[in-house]
Amino acid sequence: MKKVIELTAEKSKSIRKKKEFAGKSLAYILLSLIGISMILPFLWMISTSLKEAQAVFEQVKPWWRNWIPAKIVLSNYVRAWHAVPFGRFYLNSVIVGLCVTFGVVFTSSLAAYAFARLNFPGRDKLFFAYIATMMIPGSVVLIPQFAIIRIAGWVDTYRALIVPATFTAFGTFLLRQFFMTLPKDLEDAAKIDGCGFFGTYLKIILPLSKPALATLTTFTFIGNWNSFMWPLLVTNRTELRTLPIGLEYFQSQYTTDWSLLMAGSVMALIPVIIVFIFNQRFFVEGVKLQGIKG
Amino acid sequence: MKAKRKETIAAYLFLMPNLLGFMIFTSLPVVFSLVLSFFNWDILSPPKFVGLGNFVRLLGFTFNGKNFIPNDPHFWYYAFNTVFLMLVIPLEVFGALIVATAMNQKIKGITFYRTIFYLPTVCSGVAIAIMWKGLLNPDFGLLNGILIKLGNLLHLDLHGPAWFTSPVWARIAMMMIGLWLIIGGNNMLLFLAALQGIPRDLYEAAEIDGAGGLQKFWKITWPMISPTTFFIAIMSIIGGFQGGFMLAYILTGGGPGGATTTFEYYIFNNLYTFQKAGYAAAIAWVLFLLIFIFTRFSWKHGGKLVQYH
Repeated sequence: MKKVIELTAEKSKSIRKKKEFAGKSLAYILLSLIGISMILPFLWMISTSLKEAQAVFEQVKPWWRNWIPAKIVLSNYVRAWHAVPFGRFYLNSVIVGLCVTFGVVFTSSLAAYAFARLNFPGRDKLFFAYIATMMIPGSVVLIPQFAIIRIAGWVDTYRALIVPATFTAFGTFLLRQFFMTLPKDLEDAAKIDGCGFFGTYLKIILPLSKPALATLTTFTFIGNWNSFMWPLLVTNRTELRTLPIGLEYFQSQYTTDWSLLMAGSVMALIPVIIVFIFNQRFFVEGVKLQGIKG
Repeated sequence: MKAKRKETIAAYLFLMPNLLGFMIFTSLPVVFSLVLSFFNWDILSPPKFVGLGNFVRLLGFTFNGKNFIPNDPHFWYYAFNTVFLMLVIPLEVFGALIVATAMNQKIKGITFYRTIFYLPTVCSGVAIAIMWKGLLNPDFGLLNGILIKLGNLLHLDLHGPAWFTSPVWARIAMMMIGLWLIIGGNNMLLFLAALQGIPRDLYEAAEIDGAGGLQKFWKITWPMISPTTFFIAIMSIIGGFQGGFMLAYILTGGGPGGATTTFEYYIFNNLYTFQKAGYAAAIAWVLFLLIFIFTRFSWKHGGKLVQYH
């Protein structure tokens, strides 16, 4: 009797293993297919950027010659770099991105500490107001912001690109969610040692929150790097264009020069991809953080 | 008592930088834009009070003796476009779920796949839009090229459309790019986290009862992840109402014939191109109300579909 049970157990185990194998194979096939469709457009873009302007339109044999051109030209990159002031666009994007990111992380972490750890009248109502504004469509706020910037005479200044983007409810919300998960014991110990509120924030909370701060930094920087409508509204002069706006201007100037356009786009993507590959775990963390219920 | 007051003062000092900016650049603008929607204003000359004029023009109809004609037919066409483009949302949500399910099979190289799938989300910007402009070019684009090759293989006369010159194909192109951008992005990560949070023993118990793969999915996985699915669906729809500006601006300029102009694009045009800040504010507030009503309705009624545990 015992033997029979063992036999069926073994049988079901082998069936389960077979099923698991089938499931895994299916998963690999599916993920690889989707993965190829994700990566192929990027490869095509790079390949097109290395072709001579005329070769873009030609179909050659064997088929892989369409992907690895017989004559690889790097001059498209040089041409694109000189066609519009790409260096300036990069510089603008970096300046704006760094300032906004620093501002967001600094002001959000201060406010998040108050919301997560201090007791004061009206705290919950105020926090609710913060969350509520996250539900309001961006365009409702954007119109008066644009009017304010124009009336203040800030059009075509770095201030216009940096200041309004620096105070986000999202950053405060994200960090507050993380601070809530930190154990309180350390802070109590710090209090006994005579640490004030600011000391606690600086010496206990911030060092413990490195992953969350890195997440917010990465999110903010990339979000700002890709930001399109706002810089489009508040800049007119070439010298103040950020990379996306510069790239848009570039593509409206060279609509048919495809190898040039692709070279310009590749140049714009390189910094983002580098930042992403080195910080990719923070994206996963950030998405999980948003899921934590307050 | 004294300590309490000290804490309050400290709290407001901590809040001050953020709160001040939040008031000037978020709270006040919300009020300001509501007031603005009752004015005609080109930002340069003094605003002119028009009462409900903007809303009447936007949403009103005029009876010409035979038919009701909308005062602003553009608005209704763009509303149709926006909803049309939102038809891809179910595909985006289920696509993300399928990818997350495949990722959850304890496979090797999960980091590699996740990196590749997340790439479009990180890059989503003008460069990606330009890339797709090339990919969908009817003369040399990758997609139409693949279609022709596929046609040769199957002995069919397959050839891709001229994507951006036909209203329907232009919209389909937008939806396709949207799906490509989002399928491995944040929604997939949220689904993956939800799937990983389901206790293993639930599945083991079901297996002992002889449940098959599909049964396990519908009886365990689907109800267990329903809060995540609900959240993602609502956020996608809210996002859909406000989306479609950047891609359309680069790829079609809102055309052909306004076929890819959405609410967001119309607001931008009124604000920037036509210099009608008041009218833009009115559209933005109509959009806000639409989203608000939708969200209220779905929290109230959609909540029943969700099983909390």
